[in-house]
Formats: sequence, C-alpha cells, structure tokens
Amino acid sequence: MSLTTDDVNKIAYLARLGINAKDTASYTENLSDMLKLVEQMSSIDTDNVTPMAHPLDTIQRLRPDKIIEDNQRDHFQSIAPQTEEGLYLVPKVLD
Amino acid sequence: MQWETVIGLEIHAQLSTKTKIFSGASTAYGAKPNTQACAVDLGLPGVLPVLNQEVVRMAVKFGMAIEAEIADYSVFARKNYFYPDLPKGYQISQMDHPIVGIGHLDIEVGDQTKRIGVTRAHLEEDAGKSLHESFHGSTGIDLNRAGTPLLEIVSEPDMRSAKEAVAYMRKIHELVQYLEISDGNMQEGSFRCDVNISLRPKGQTEYGTRAELKNINSFKFVEKAIFTEVERQKEILEAGGSITQETRLYDADKDETRSMRSKEEANDYRYFPDPDLLPVYISSELRAQVKAELPELPEAKKQRFLNEYKLEAEAANNLASSRPLADYFEALVKTSGCTAKTCSNWVSVELSGALNKKNLSITQSPISAERLAQLLQRIADNTISGKIAKQVFEAMWSNNDSADTIIETKGLKQITDSGAIEAIIDKIIADNQGQVEQYLSGKDKVFGFFVGQTMKASQGKANPAEVNKILKEKLKR
Amino acid sequence: MTMHTKTLKQLSQGLQTGEYSSQELTLAYLNRIQQYSALNSFISVTEAQAIAAAKQADALLTAGNAPLLTGIPMAHKDIFCTQGVKTSCGSKMLDNFIAPYNATVVDNLNAAGMVSLGKLNMDEFAMGSSNETSFYGTAYNPWADNTVPGGSSGGSAAAVAARLIPAATGTDTGGSIRQPAAFCGITGLKPTYGRVSRYGMIAYASSLDQGGPMTQTAEDAALMLQAMAGFDPKDSTSAQQDVPNYSTNLNNSLQDLKIGLPKEFFDEGLNNDMATAIETAVNEYKQMGAEIIEVSMPHLKLAIPAYYVIAPAECSANLQRMDGVRFGHRCDNPEDLNDLYIRSRGEGFGTEVKRRILVGTYALSAGYYDAHYIKAQKIRRLITEDFTKALESVDVIMGPVTPTPAFGIGEKTADPIEMYLADIYTIAINLAGLPAMSIPAGFIDNKPVGLQIIGNYFAEAKLLNVAHQYQQVTNWHQQTPKGFE
Repeated sequence: MSLTTDDVNKIAYLARLGINAKDTASYTENLSDMLKLVEQMSSIDTDNVTPMAHPLDTIQRLRPDKIIEDNQRDHFQSIAPQTEEGLYLVPKVLD
Repeated sequence: MQWETVIGLEIHAQLSTKTKIFSGASTAYGAKPNTQACAVDLGLPGVLPVLNQEVVRMAVKFGMAIEAEIADYSVFARKNYFYPDLPKGYQISQMDHPIVGIGHLDIEVGDQTKRIGVTRAHLEEDAGKSLHESFHGSTGIDLNRAGTPLLEIVSEPDMRSAKEAVAYMRKIHELVQYLEISDGNMQEGSFRCDVNISLRPKGQTEYGTRAELKNINSFKFVEKAIFTEVERQKEILEAGGSITQETRLYDADKDETRSMRSKEEANDYRYFPDPDLLPVYISSELRAQVKAELPELPEAKKQRFLNEYKLEAEAANNLASSRPLADYFEALVKTSGCTAKTCSNWVSVELSGALNKKNLSITQSPISAERLAQLLQRIADNTISGKIAKQVFEAMWSNNDSADTIIETKGLKQITDSGAIEAIIDKIIADNQGQVEQYLSGKDKVFGFFVGQTMKASQGKANPAEVNKILKEKLKR
Repeated sequence: MTMHTKTLKQLSQGLQTGEYSSQELTLAYLNRIQQYSALNSFISVTEAQAIAAAKQADALLTAGNAPLLTGIPMAHKDIFCTQGVKTSCGSKMLDNFIAPYNATVVDNLNAAGMVSLGKLNMDEFAMGSSNETSFYGTAYNPWADNTVPGGSSGGSAAAVAARLIPAATGTDTGGSIRQPAAFCGITGLKPTYGRVSRYGMIAYASSLDQGGPMTQTAEDAALMLQAMAGFDPKDSTSAQQDVPNYSTNLNNSLQDLKIGLPKEFFDEGLNNDMATAIETAVNEYKQMGAEIIEVSMPHLKLAIPAYYVIAPAECSANLQRMDGVRFGHRCDNPEDLNDLYIRSRGEGFGTEVKRRILVGTYALSAGYYDAHYIKAQKIRRLITEDFTKALESVDVIMGPVTPTPAFGIGEKTADPIEMYLADIYTIAINLAGLPAMSIPAGFIDNKPVGLQIIGNYFAEAKLLNVAHQYQQVTNWHQQTPKGFE
C-alpha cells in the first residue's frame, strides 16, 4: 500500500510531529516502503492464532495501597521549561 | 412529530484509595499544586506503572453489587491523545477486556421500577487539572489529580427522560458510597458524568445520532443539560436538519450546550494493550473475599425495613438510601426502646431537617445515635412527652449535654402525679364554666380546649394520657 | 600500565588485593577516554562524580568486605536515567534532560560498587542499527576506519572494544546489544525479557526492550549480569524469579550439548565468509563434544515485518510524553498549544525517530489496527512457537548475529529498509523474549564476526557456560583493535 503526502501530513498531525514541507515526500516514500515490508505479514494465514501481546506469560502483580512517595515538586520542576507558583505553564488552552 | 429521547450515561467515580492507581503518591484532595505528582504521575522518561490492588478489589465489589459479569482476566490499554493535563500523551484505560461486564440497576421513577442496563465498568487513571486564570495568558497545569483511580460506569441507552437519567445517576451515586468505594463528592469532582443524548421519532427502533455532553458534576445540571440539549436537537430535527455526532459542553451559566471542536479533531485514540502492564487475573479467592465483604445493598435494605420494621415505603426508601443514615436509624431502634416508626420519624424529620438546615451530612451530625437514643428512651419511659423532646433535641444540638442532663437542669420532667394534674384541671374547670356548659351540651370539640389549657398551665410537662383520663372523668356528662 | 586490557575478573582481583586503587584505575580510564575522544563513544564523561565514587570505593576496599565489582569503572548507555546527570537517549529532545532519579540498573550497579565514568553514545531513542541516528553524531568502530560500531548500543560496544572502559551497560530491543557487540568484537548478552528491570531505562518498545551487559568476556558478563538482574517491584514486567549464581556453572563440560542450527539462519541472505566463520565456530563446539542438530524456524522471515509494526506502535505512544511541557526540548515562543507540541517534537526528534513514530501512529490508527497490530502479534506468537519448539529438542540455538560484518558509515543511511533487513537474525529473539548472546568468533577483512547463542527462557547461566567454554579454547575475545592496544 502506498501513502500520499496528504496521508503523511494527517498522521504527522495525529502524532503532533512537525515535518518540514521539503521532507514530506521522502517520508512518504519511506513510509510506503515500510508498509510494503509490513504487508509481507499477509502472506500467511493467522486466523486461528491468538495474538501475543507480551513475551512474559504471567499476570499483573498488584501493589499495596500505601503512600510511598513524598513531595519532590521543586526537584522535578528544576528541569521543567516553564513553571510558575508550582504549576507547569503551557500556552493558553481554549475549550 | 412526537420525539422520544434516548439517554445513556458514562459515570466517572473516583475510587477512594489512599494512593494513585499506578503510583504510590497520595490522592488526598486539596494539596498544593504538583506536590502529589510523583515521577510516575509526571510521566518522566523511564518510569513504569504498577497497579494498586485496592482498585481491583473496589471494581470487583461494584461489579458484584450490580450483579455484573466479572472478567476472569482484564487488560489495560493506552488511549492516545495530546493534552497538557495528560502527562504521558496517553491515558491508561481499558478497552477490550474491562474488569466489569454486563450488569444492571433498578431505578424508581414515580411509582414505577425500571431496570437500566450497565454495559460495562472499567478502570482508568484520571488526568490533571488545567487552571486558566491569570498566569499572563498561559494556562497552569496541576498534575496532583493525574493518576487518581477512576471507575467509568457505562450504561446502556436505556433512559428515556431527564428524570430517569437523574434517578439512575443518584442510584449509582448512592451505591458507590454504600460500597465505600467512592466518597461521591461532586464539588471535588469525585463523581461526574458524560451524557449521551439522541432523539428518534416515537415508535422508531433505530437510534438517532447522538451528542455527548461532557463532564457534568451535579444532578441539577444533568437535568438542565438534558432539557437544553433535547430542545436543541428537536429544533434542528424539526427544521429538517440532522444532528452531528460530537462532543458538547454544557455551560450552566448560559444554560446552553456548545460544540467542543478542540476535542473532536483528535478522535482517533489508537487504543492498544499497554505493554508496561500485564493482564490482571481476578482469582476465585478475591471474588469470594469481596463477596463476603459486600454490605447489604440499598434495595435489600429497603425491603428489610419494610418487612422488619413495617415502615412506609417512602420512609424505608429514604432511610435505606444512605448507609450511614440507615445505620443510624437501626442503632436507634435497637437502643431507644421506641417503636421503629418513632425512630424513623425522628431520623427523617427532626434530625434530617436540622442537618439540612446546616448543610451537614449524617456523618457530621452533632448528635450521635447514642445521644439521640437516650432522648427517645425518655419518651418511651414517659419521662417527657414527644413535644418536650423536641425542645430537648434543640438544646442537645447546640451543646454536648446528654438528654438526661438537659431534662434535669431545665426541669422538663413530665408530671405524672395525678393529684397535681387534678389540681390544675380543677382550677381550669372552675375558671371556664362557659366552655364546660358547651361541652356538656354536646360540643365535643371543646374537649381539646381543656387539654390545651391544662398542658399550657403545666408548661407542657403534664402527661397527656393522664390529662385525658382525668378530664374525661371530671367532665362526665 | 596496561590495566585497560584487563577483564572485570582481573581488575577485581587487583583491587581487592590492593595492587592498585579504584582512583588510579578510574584516572587511567578517564585518560584513555580523553585520549580517544575522537571515537565519539561518550556523550557525557562525568569525571568529578567518577573520582568521588572511586574514593568511596577505595574506602570500602580498605575496610574489607567490599563487593566483588567495587571500584571497577564502567559506563552506562545514555538510555539509563542517572540522577543529576544528563540522560539524552541520543536525542536533541533530551539534550537538556538532567535525570531526577536513577534507573534500577544504575542503582544496582552502584550498590555493587562499580564506578560510572559517564554516558555512552547510542542511536536516538535506541532506534537504529549503526549509531548514525545519534544527535551527537555516530560513534566509530575502533576496528576499521569509517565503519559503524553498530547500534543502537554503539557507544557501549566501541568503548569496550577500544578498552576505554572494561564493561558497559546496553539495551537490546531488536539486537541493540548483540549486533554492536558483534561488529566491535566484544561479548554482549541480552537477557530474558523481565530479567533486568526496565525502570528508568527510557522506553523504546516496552514489550521488547531489555537491558544487559557488554563486556570483554563471558565470565565478565556473568559478573555484570549478577549485579544488574533481579526482581524490581517498580517494574510490572520484572520477573519474580530467583537470580542464580551465573559464575558457578561457567566451567561445566559441553559434552553432549545439543546445539540447534536453524536452516533459515544460513540461507542466501548470509554472506559466504560469515557462513564459513560461523561453521568454524560451531566446529569448535563439536570438538568439545557437542551434538549439532538442524532445526527450522519457518516464520523467521516475518520477524522483521512484525517487528516494524510492534516496535513503532509502542514507541509512538512511549514518546508522546516528550511534549515540551515538563522536561526536555521546548520550541521558542509557541503560538498555541498545538504549535508547542508540533514544533517541540518536530525540532527535538531526528528523522529515523520520526519515521517510526509515523509508522506506529499509522499502524494503530482506526481501520488499520487489526490488519497491522493484531496481525503482528499473531505472527509474534508463531515466531515464539518456532523457538520454543526448537528448544524442546536442543539446549541452545546458534547462528550468526549479522549477515555481514560492520558496514561503512553512510553505507545504508539512504535506504532505511536495507538497514532494517540486516537485523534479521536478532529481531526474532526479542519478539520471543528469549535470552541470547553475541561472542567474538573471528574476523572477516579485519572486522570482527559475532556468533549468536540463543537459549531458553531464564537460561542465562547456560548461555554463559557455553560462551565461556568457547572463550577457553579461542582468543578472539582477547584481540584489541590496532591503535588501542
């Protein structure tokens, strides 16, 4: 299956990924090639196969409901691009 | 054309755990911004989620209470979208294997009982909060709430009116508190709901196109939002238009709903199983344990109140609607020596009235069941009358004294000494010969006048039964 | 002093007996790192922290009872979070990210007394097979000019091969420990999925990623793995299994060892010289009494297609947290929220990362999920069953790590697919979650060749035994590249 540059732009927006307009064509080509590779999967019938989500054939371990974290706000916010009064700042969100 | 309204609800109940669903950070409400957001909640590079055992137990409890199928194994999935209050760029939720499957709940509308289907209930993490005020044109993000466990309860589109929707929402609200899995605090956002609404011509079986009203956190607003949205859709349909499937916001100030385009664009959530988490197995041990812990549920309690205490339906319903209220009532019945009916009246009328006036819940009552029981004991053993008891109740409300102390210090003990009562009555008869004649000539109503005068003269302390008895003798025709 | 050619085992002896101090050792290695900085194997060198840690180690050594690895220098792949130290993951996106916490592996190796000298170069977010996708430029293969060290743990392999450090951590999602180990002539071990904690290891593809040791010898790999492995309550996918002593069975005899050779590993895709080198290595095992059995992996050829759905799908979600809000790169003067996301991510990520995010986003999007993601998971099961079936009749499986020895810088960057296809022998093992090693097994045109040994789940001790025995009768692992002696 081949993608169009329009498809790539839509996917890039879904992923909030800026792509230079001059590179769109090469991404489109790369992605089409990757999808061709991926489509080799259809060469075999897998109707009766159970999907394998995980290599570990075991179950989720559960954690006791006990507080083990303390306030490290200043430590964590020391690496943040923009904060004020303990809040992370982003451009105004309109709803 | 006649339209039928079709409503389905998605209720988000915050589970009352101590820690987050996937981290050991506190969920306490009201902390300073971002002081309860740990590395996992912030979605820092490299962190991983580990599931809180308590949320699993709570979800199973809920499932059992609505007689739902509990999944043998349940899977967490990532729901992908970008939003600043969603630190990882995905919400850990459930898609294909929710922990609770098909169940149901009965609601009462008028004197009808209606069964509402519950499609599923699944676990997920809450997002943080965006604060739009000040910050010179920026939005501030507080991630304390990020990772708080939510149970999303999805109903079938079984409701046909705002009344039914509110009744269902109240019933779920009542239930999660009964099960002690959520505090149900709507002001703090612990209980909120999305409403799916569509209209169809009466008689048609297919559903119309629906709109989803997001994040409504009061019963009143749910009702108003539904009215408003139904009117909007009706207008469009009757003008020959069609409804767009979309997410809308209910603005309570303007009483209108409006489209949330910003949320629409990113509608491709790309769900897939979260590879950081493994399937959760609900063991038979856990099922048995939860089943054993399951409290008597509102419906069963109501039936028991009807049978055991012979209460009126309305009183039984009201008392059974809240677990602490029901417990209070039953404590009174057991210790006060009064009839269930008297206890029910005191809880539903006096106590509830006083609590409502002060906007308090039963758990915040200044008068404990133990204290009130002593007061009712004094009615039962004829120390005071019901009327005086109300006076004592008021005094108990404003201080911590026991009923006995108040009766004693205020001298409210009932006069049961027939000699004393006789003396009062003799004086009243002597002073009111006109009324005596009226009574003797057949005007029965005048008897009440003598009772009233006697009670007044005794400052309410005369035993009413004794007063009746003596008056009847003295005024023998 | 030629301390730099010593193994962990030898260095441990020297330190424990007081022949030299950790500080001397640390300074000697720091000097080498500086001397060979043109290799570009390090992203950060943490000299001050290293010297402080060495001092502490010396105090412990003097006091006695110091753990075996105390005072020995090493370095981490820059994918492991190290508190207070930049953890870039080879990306501009995290060029300013000073990790506020330690990965469990980092804590474990600190507790074992090892001294970290810094952070090693890698393909951006571990996406690449050549180290060329690193924001910091490629590391070089010390064995040949203008040759890639492999990837994604290219800096780890190059630094250990050049003896700038005696050992390093790496991670392996589709071959990222084994392939660079093969290209650089060192020993690399990818443990069973779940054996080593992933907490604090920046995720590429969560169901495939696994950290492991990169060392000169199998004996050293056993020592490193001992310190790295173990159950971690912070990682839901961490195995609750006891960690055996990996050093005790190294000298077990290989008499009657059953070695499976998958015929699909030796088909037309394999370079002739490589085939010969692997056959020679296998013959070495025959000499030791092993029995060779042909096995079949009928679904092997679908490993790459399945991998290029699963890994990109997982990475597309894993990298969504890189949004310029709480850490990492943020674009200048964002106009609005979308602009913040689109530009921060557009500027922060390199081309290969973008390709994989796009493919993963597409594969998961509405309408393609079943045909891509579910299909890939089904194939994942078939591939896993190929391996588990084969491992019912053999003790280990052997084959090449790569179809050719290390390729030239720039040779495959123009065609990403060609680069992907070169991972055919390693990728399937990650899909199955099995443990596997790469050990030096000769040279082709002076470039190292790696022999791959694949074992059953949690059979790391067996792999190490098999690898160690080979290293007792060969000296490929002792070779140092010219100019780095």
